[in-house]
Amino acid sequence: MKQFTSFVRKEFYHVFRDPKSLLILFGMPITLIVLFGFALTNEIKNARIVVCDYARDAASQQIISRLSVSNNFSIHQSIMSHEELESSFKSGNIQLAIVIPAHFNDDLLHLKHAQLQIIADASDPNTATTLTSYAQSVINSYQQELRSYHKSGLQIIPEIRMLYNPELKGATNFVPGVMALVLLLVCVLMTSVSIVREKELGTMEVLLVSPFNPMMVIIAKAVPYFVLSLLNLALIVLLSVGLLSMPFQGSVLLLFTVSSLFIITALSLGLLISNSTASQQTAMLISLMGMLIPTMMFTGFLFPLENMPVALQVIANAVPSKWYYSIVKSIMIKGLGFSAIWKETLILLGMTIFLLTISFKKFKTRLA
Amino acid sequence: MRTLYFLLRKEFKQIFRNKALLPMIFIAPLIQLLILPLAADYEVKNINISIIDNDHSAYSRKLLKDITASGYFKAVGYGNSFQAAFRQIEQDQADLILEIPAGFEKNLVKEGAQSLFIAVNAINGSKATLGASYLRRVVEDFNAGIRLSWMPAGNDQQAVIETVSSNWYNAFLNYRFFMVPGILVTLVTMICVYMCALNIVKEKEIGTIEQINVTPVKKHLFILGKLIPFWIIGLFVFTVGLFGIGRLVYGIVPQGNLLLLYGFLSLYLVALLGIGLLISTYAETQQQAMSVAFFFMMIFMLMSGLFTSVDSMPAWAKFLANCNPVTHFIKVMRMVLLKGSGFADIQFPMLMMVGFAIFFNTWAILNYKKTV
Repeated sequence: MKQFTSFVRKEFYHVFRDPKSLLILFGMPITLIVLFGFALTNEIKNARIVVCDYARDAASQQIISRLSVSNNFSIHQSIMSHEELESSFKSGNIQLAIVIPAHFNDDLLHLKHAQLQIIADASDPNTATTLTSYAQSVINSYQQELRSYHKSGLQIIPEIRMLYNPELKGATNFVPGVMALVLLLVCVLMTSVSIVREKELGTMEVLLVSPFNPMMVIIAKAVPYFVLSLLNLALIVLLSVGLLSMPFQGSVLLLFTVSSLFIITALSLGLLISNSTASQQTAMLISLMGMLIPTMMFTGFLFPLENMPVALQVIANAVPSKWYYSIVKSIMIKGLGFSAIWKETLILLGMTIFLLTISFKKFKTRLA
Repeated sequence: MRTLYFLLRKEFKQIFRNKALLPMIFIAPLIQLLILPLAADYEVKNINISIIDNDHSAYSRKLLKDITASGYFKAVGYGNSFQAAFRQIEQDQADLILEIPAGFEKNLVKEGAQSLFIAVNAINGSKATLGASYLRRVVEDFNAGIRLSWMPAGNDQQAVIETVSSNWYNAFLNYRFFMVPGILVTLVTMICVYMCALNIVKEKEIGTIEQINVTPVKKHLFILGKLIPFWIIGLFVFTVGLFGIGRLVYGIVPQGNLLLLYGFLSLYLVALLGIGLLISTYAETQQQAMSVAFFFMMIFMLMSGLFTSVDSMPAWAKFLANCNPVTHFIKVMRMVLLKGSGFADIQFPMLMMVGFAIFFNTWAILNYKKTV
């Protein structure tokens, strides 16, 4: 045991004597929380809409003034030819164009039928659909008002309540994702690299020929990262509650217990990578290229998982952060207890055991 | 020139002899490019709705039929209690609850107004807003239908505004057209920055850099020898990604001038390699280089507009995004590939990229010392 503690101490020295890596270890969660809390949003804002009003009559003015009500978009009017529109789209100056043809009001009043054109820059489909449906709903409500004198009671009033996140903040969705992302990447990267590094520098050989149990060498390597990850987690929770004023509904103890399990899952993944590679470069590329983007994509906080093709949904099940993300949401935001997350916890546990078994099998006390 | 040639040969040998690294450089990015765009889809469909119908009238049944027929919603439960429906939300089985109160039809006809209760799981705000607005639209249409059926005949001459909407550059709103160029840029970026940063630090860590330092090889030649291989690899991976996967698999036909795109890419790669070089001059160990590179790559990626729109950011964040080379290249890729934008449209990003290339490389070279 005394041997073990001195090994753990050695590993802590390794970590603390490298302030650059340490800075990044803790700088990363802070930066991510700030970015996701204040800079990144899935909403479409500040989009530029141009209205080509050839009609210049009462109806077109009504529609334009209604469009300008929203603060999320900047509306300006200008008469543009088809070519001018195209070149503005190409230079990215506008995202949506609404063309109101001449005699719009006349057609509407006398022919009872008027046309209006909406052109969207669909190279960004998400913005295009959002803007188109915004314009459409403005026009629809104007049309409803025109008919309002026909209104005959019979009104259904939908009362909508937004559960868990009444202000519709992006952070509520992102913070659990950031937690999963940071914990997974930090643990996998750091452990795999620090083990492979000893291999590469040749110091691993020294450790392996010592009377100390080689398995203990590896476990001692994981301890500092386990502790640091828990600190990281505490930091993220504090920041999200303090800075982003996110509610913390559930039990803190439960969150930290399950998180410990998740950290161990990540550490064993790092262990597996380090046991399968011989150079730091390879270990890093596997952990980064192989993990950064898939973790971001398949955790479910950037893109809804249920939209993906079935095959990808199956793959997503193999990503540990997906399960952890769902656990954090349940505990932190919904305030549920263990009974709601036992399934996810069990899956994480299974993954950990699986990963550990493989990496123990692959672990060699002899160097090639 | 001869020295550079030998240095380049050495670098290429080192890269191609590393059998573990090769698949990471050439195969992993392409596989990711094949898979990831399929996963990136913001379109909200398959909204799970749990329905509590306390009325069981002809109207409520008609409304429920309209909802399921709209195509957006999938009914996952017909219950009698809000409690049970709420449990479904807690377990993520349902996204929305619709409660039709008892006496819905009667009140609607007699009192002239009746409310409906909708509760939405709003953890994902944008999804919740969309789901709620789809449901509201269905309810409005249903409402309009009812009004029409109660209206006296002969009075239905109403003004209609017909909106014709067209989606330029991507008529079918294919999300992949949007994502593939962006993901390709990120993959090329990651490979170039990591590889370049790690490669030099590796020589530092192993000590072989000293052997080169004591040779008469000039500083700039050594740096060029390190940068050119990755520049070529970057071009190669980009080309395979663009034509092999973008064109053949996803059917993205480049609309703009390819020469322009490659010109921009060449500049971009120089800027990227400058960043990699800069990181390597500050790092002592590969672990350091990697964590620094990782830190910046993560920020670069998130701020680049790959996942979320740059336009939606607040002013300070937009400024930061403009200081990020990845933002500009992703933008240019989408503009040139999808819209066929020309040189005049991408002048500003081009200028910024020249600035980045000069800035990072100068800084890196100034900071690189041939002495230990």
